Amino acid sequence: MEFFRYKSAIDFMGKSKKAIMLSITLMLLSYAILLTKGFNYGIDFAGGTIVQVKYDKAAPIKEMREKLKSNKMFNDASITRFGSADEVVIRMKSTSKNVAEGIGDITRKALQGTGNFKIRRVDIVGPTVGNELREKGLMSMFLAIAGILIYVAFRFEWRFAVASVVALIHDVSIASGLVALFGIDVNLDVLAALLTLLGYSLNDTIIVFDRIREGIVESKKMTLRETINDSITRTLSRTTLTSLTTFFVIFTLFLFGGEIIHPFAFTMLVGIVVGTYSSIFVASPILLWFGFDVKKYHTKLAEKAKREAEKNRMREQFESGVM
Amino acid sequence: MKFNYRIVIFALALVFGIAFSMPSLFQTKEGKKITLGLDLQGGLHMLLGVKTDEAVKSRIKSIAASVKHYADRKEILIDNLSFTATSVSFEVLDSDDIASFQSFLSKIEGAKVVQNGSTFVVSFTPKEIQKIKKMAINQAIETIRNRLDQFGLSEPHVAKQGKNQIVVELAGIKTQQEEQRARKLISRAAKLELMAVDEARDARVYNMSPADAAEYGDVILPDAKHPKVKYLVHEIPILDGSMLTGANVGFNKNNKPVIDFKLNAEGADIFGDFTGKNVGKRLAIVLDGKVFSAPNINERIGGGSGQISGNYTVLGAKDLAIALRSGALLAPVYMMGQRSVGPSLGADSIRESMIALAGGFILVIIFMLVYYRMAGLIANIALIANLFLLLAIMSLFGATLTLPGMAGIVLTVGMAVDSNVIISERIRELIYEGKSMHKAIEDGYSNAMSAILDANITTLIAAVVLYVYGTGAIKGFAITMSIGILASMLTAILGTHGIYDLLEKKIGKSKNYKFWFGIEG
Repeated sequence: MEFFRYKSAIDFMGKSKKAIMLSITLMLLSYAILLTKGFNYGIDFAGGTIVQVKYDKAAPIKEMREKLKSNKMFNDASITRFGSADEVVIRMKSTSKNVAEGIGDITRKALQGTGNFKIRRVDIVGPTVGNELREKGLMSMFLAIAGILIYVAFRFEWRFAVASVVALIHDVSIASGLVALFGIDVNLDVLAALLTLLGYSLNDTIIVFDRIREGIVESKKMTLRETINDSITRTLSRTTLTSLTTFFVIFTLFLFGGEIIHPFAFTMLVGIVVGTYSSIFVASPILLWFGFDVKKYHTKLAEKAKREAEKNRMREQFESGVM
Repeated sequence: MKFNYRIVIFALALVFGIAFSMPSLFQTKEGKKITLGLDLQGGLHMLLGVKTDEAVKSRIKSIAASVKHYADRKEILIDNLSFTATSVSFEVLDSDDIASFQSFLSKIEGAKVVQNGSTFVVSFTPKEIQKIKKMAINQAIETIRNRLDQFGLSEPHVAKQGKNQIVVELAGIKTQQEEQRARKLISRAAKLELMAVDEARDARVYNMSPADAAEYGDVILPDAKHPKVKYLVHEIPILDGSMLTGANVGFNKNNKPVIDFKLNAEGADIFGDFTGKNVGKRLAIVLDGKVFSAPNINERIGGGSGQISGNYTVLGAKDLAIALRSGALLAPVYMMGQRSVGPSLGADSIRESMIALAGGFILVIIFMLVYYRMAGLIANIALIANLFLLLAIMSLFGATLTLPGMAGIVLTVGMAVDSNVIISERIRELIYEGKSMHKAIEDGYSNAMSAILDANITTLIAAVVLYVYGTGAIKGFAITMSIGILASMLTAILGTHGIYDLLEKKIGKSKNYKFWFGIEG
């Protein structure tokens, strides 16, 4: 089976202007959503309490609300369905510092008489912990991008590094925008998904860049533009395949992985689509616009080869005892 | 035929993977296994803060108690003995006794003594305060660990996190009652104090405010059984639980469980002195700020043993004795964060993520087979080896598998085949260019190598950052992903290459591109 077979280079760069317009629009829209609607921070970052309750029948949400009113603790509690109709989550901004008496027990008492239920999960994140996690989260995002930038600059060239990082920022921005738009609970796992997405999206970009580099070194006749088009076309099959297989597994995770893993799977799904697109239509055009000078690169490579040869000659001379 | 080192390494990896993942897969009794995270097996995770200021206060309080005891013993008259959260002050009435007090105070470790005429103010040096706070945290960890060890749960985990936080992880808490008992045991201060009832003023206790009581150096404490009953006791205790050497459950004459405690030599000494001088007065046995009993002192009590009687169940008395034996918490702990997952939710999470893992796995395997035929089959063998290897390495390290960790494995499945896709695509390209299949394979691997390495290393960078900055379950994700990527380099790159080498002769003779690489026409 084959999806594509390379016949001649497809003119991706010819469509890059339109693509960049689309990307800029999407990014601006994402920022607008992030600024106006903002992230729906879960308790990991905002602090608060979550109690997950499962009934043996459909959860009587109305009755539960009434019952919870009796205890001041649940003043700001909101009750929402969680996955099935039997299961709900009670969310509160408040947290309790009491170690001896668990919120689970308090909730159990408060909900008495609403039917048969089980308290399945109680998560409390105190405000100081939430702040700490948020700081660490931002820090990790920054460090990951910095680390990747350094690595790519070291392995390729600084223009490649900057282009790939711009693509990363593009991906993370749009994925974040969608996470905010759909009101996904932003917890640690969403952060993990965004970080994984960095690695994943970069994979795609690197595969293309690796080809571009190879193309530049091997064919001395093609312009940079032609080389980029050629490289993207040659890697198109791999890009599609890998994106598809990864998309498949994450999609099964999204469908069957359970409610708790949903935010993670959603973020990854969005990220895979955006990341695949960006490696073709964002990272490569930027490389082109930076005016990567193929000739200069060749001279540089030639010089490097010359230096190496010189060094080897010196070493040989040294070893054979001429010097 | 040259030595096929690749297939040898791959075979070793596969055998290693299968052998060491068995204990985890079949939950055998022997062997190292993967531990399931609390989110998968159910349990209670608590992040506790420590009120270290209280530890300083309690040290101050014990200095006040020893000043009083010293003055009583030497028959020195002192006045205005009082303490705040950070200092003790008092006045020595007879100036002849000042020197004696100076030498007594100079022996207290880390104390800063300011003397103004006959008035002394004792506080701690900043260094000593740091030390007390640090000790309070370490002592809290030690105490909580001791208590939980005696509680009988399997493998309670108590550890310091950061500078002044404590992580308590209790796997295998199954019932609500167990959780309640564990919580009480952890949070109980278990601070035993023997205090003198202020007999001169106790009759007026119901008309007093706490401020009134403080004027006389007293505090109002409630009765443990009947909270409405109040006692007026001297705020500075006669002695406290730090002088306890033992606490055991016993039974009184009504066959009700009580706790018998024993004091060390110093405590027994102080106790004897006090009871000898206060015959006819009452002694309050105070635990965590509640008066458990206030018996009359009939005579001097030597030997240093006493009894706490309350309305206990046998289990309650046992837990209290554990707490007393393990020592008091110098500083109270409070909840900073908690994650508790019921066993049923954990089981659901395992089931759901297993379905997702199996589903994703099967999809990928079928897809690779249909798309690449033989090359797909080879990649699939590598993928299976990859999973075994991942499980084996995790088992050997005793790594913890969390729900995000499961997601990491699912993701590894997707990413691991990526290497093989890249390689197979390269091989196909070279075949289109007219290279022989054998040559195409060799060049395909070498051409693909730099891209695969770069891609894997950058993903590893992200995973390492996640590991360093992530907490709890997220670390689990970073672990499975990192190990998965590293294992895939061995299986997907080296392993598949070894299999091609093994089939070299067959491939060399064959012209069936469709069979080997799924190439149409």
